[in-house]
Amino acid sequence: MNELSASSRITYRAVMVRPGVARRIRGLSDRTLAWLFITPTIVLLLAINIFPLLWTIYLSFTNYRANRANVPTIWLGADWYQSILTDPDIWAAMQVTAHFVIWTVVIETVLGFGLAYLIDKKFRGHGLWTTIILLPMMLSPAVVGNFWTFLYQPQIGLFNYVVAFFTGRAASSFQMLGDVTLSPWAIVIVDAWMWTPYVMLICLAGLRSIPDYIYEAAEVDRASKWRQFWSITLPMALPFIMLAVLFRGIENFKMFDMVNLLTGGGPGSTTEVASITLKRAAFESWRTGYSSAFAIILFVTVFGLANIYVKALNKVKSR
Amino acid sequence: MTSATTAHSVVEPSATTRRFAGSLVVLYAIITMIPLVWIMLTAFKSPDDAISYPPKVMFKPSLEGFCNLFTTRSRQTPEFIRSLGPPQGLCDSIARSRNMVVAGPSNYVPRFINSLIIAFGSTVLAVALGTLSAYGFSRFRVPLKDDLLFFILSTRMMPPIAVAIPIYLMYRTIGLSDTRLGMILLYTSVNVSLAVWLLKGFIDEIPREYEEAAMIDGYTRFQAFVKVVLPQATTGIAATAIFCLIFAWNEYAFAVLLTSGNAQTAPPFIPIIIGEGGQDWPAVAAGTALFLVPIVVFTVLLRKHLLRGITFGAVRK
Repeated sequence: MNELSASSRITYRAVMVRPGVARRIRGLSDRTLAWLFITPTIVLLLAINIFPLLWTIYLSFTNYRANRANVPTIWLGADWYQSILTDPDIWAAMQVTAHFVIWTVVIETVLGFGLAYLIDKKFRGHGLWTTIILLPMMLSPAVVGNFWTFLYQPQIGLFNYVVAFFTGRAASSFQMLGDVTLSPWAIVIVDAWMWTPYVMLICLAGLRSIPDYIYEAAEVDRASKWRQFWSITLPMALPFIMLAVLFRGIENFKMFDMVNLLTGGGPGSTTEVASITLKRAAFESWRTGYSSAFAIILFVTVFGLANIYVKALNKVKSR
Repeated sequence: MTSATTAHSVVEPSATTRRFAGSLVVLYAIITMIPLVWIMLTAFKSPDDAISYPPKVMFKPSLEGFCNLFTTRSRQTPEFIRSLGPPQGLCDSIARSRNMVVAGPSNYVPRFINSLIIAFGSTVLAVALGTLSAYGFSRFRVPLKDDLLFFILSTRMMPPIAVAIPIYLMYRTIGLSDTRLGMILLYTSVNVSLAVWLLKGFIDEIPREYEEAAMIDGYTRFQAFVKVVLPQATTGIAATAIFCLIFAWNEYAFAVLLTSGNAQTAPPFIPIIIGEGGQDWPAVAAGTALFLVPIVVFTVLLRKHLLRGITFGAVRK
């Protein structure tokens, strides 16, 4: 309904500016055309994104279980929200998620910016090597997770062999995926391997956007290279770095594929990120109402944090 | 070096700096490539070579991984195998050398075909819808334009698992669960946000004057869109299509939660390829390698547009 009233207010513009053109218009008017062009997308998104989201909100207030559809649905109010927000296991999962987000984003930003800074020196063949570095992020996180389980095998894995070779430890003495202290790092390593190129690419765009004349002016003023880096390069690339951090932060908050393949949340619950908890509640113990409430809490968290962050980003941009 | 004799600007890095930067980047690139190269090598190893320690870099190439990927085998007694006729092709003779016979094709090919159909189907739909909407948003005065565009983008912030539950219920009710059509629609809805944002950027860059000129020549607005704007936007449309394709090709969370047999794509299938006595690593590696080939090709084709695609066009290059 909202859309209908909205579309009726669509006005045309390009044509109106030239009266000679308007007379010649045949067939569909711009107003109809705009409506025809935009509606299918909106309808699809309403059907497959917004409707399920509203349904999730509804389910989060009920005792519904998807595997027991015959049991009458009872309205529970905010019971699930209360029990989730007071559940130590949920807070543990949120903490695990926060650790992953912080560590992966920090490592990827430092490495990614460093690489971008080096690539910006335009050495011979930088185009080819950049393309090679970009490959991991184009792969399927699930398939990546799967082949890293092979590299992490304690008896036969290449990763263990290389670490053993350089440290002198026995390769089978450490289990990257089975040890409670190592398994979170196993995931961080794979995530950094896969997504550092992403940060690198955005940082590179930032570095390329800095005009040469600023450096030329700095050279004239005899500013040291070090000073140029801190006073020109870093501040001018900062909005781009922050954008990369935003995108990686949102993605890693939702992290599921790689964790599910690498550790499935284990050993114990040391790598149980929020998405894994959610999947277990929704598709293993079939607590649909409960998991819906948790899903909403996650969504609101991401959305809220992202909005606060974007405000900060805009401040930096407008400086 | 005095500035009078240098041909390049004062801000150009020196040759030493470049060489130093270059060698660090090359070192990183090589380290980054090792896991990929390793999986490609493993695809051509025999099961014994794949699990040998220390890991083997030199080995006798074998197609056993690919055979195990494409077939299912059953263990037989040597007497029974001797009683059979000559082996039916390469895979049968490899299987017989391990006291097995080929029992039939595996599920890899159907899963791969599902991946192709779902990825291409949803890409075509997302790009078609995205092109129309992007043109609409770019050229017409749409009320609440910024809100609608933000709404379209925000649909990507949701964790897939959050909407997977009601989509699962909804699909079960209307009979779309575990169907290719259902997965195509789902991936289209995820991809269309990217398509609208990217294509709007590309179409914004095509001057309006082109269409106005065409309309003065007697074209309708729609004809001008088809005959003038679409050809101008070809590169942008192609780049967008490849991004959508890569997403749909790589997607895992929805696929593992919403499909089981009929419409399952390759990403949830590859990890569960099991041989006798545990995971059959050469077969898994072969499946992975085949699955990665299209993406590697697309990445090389895409490199110029990569930045726009991964940032929803928020950063122009």
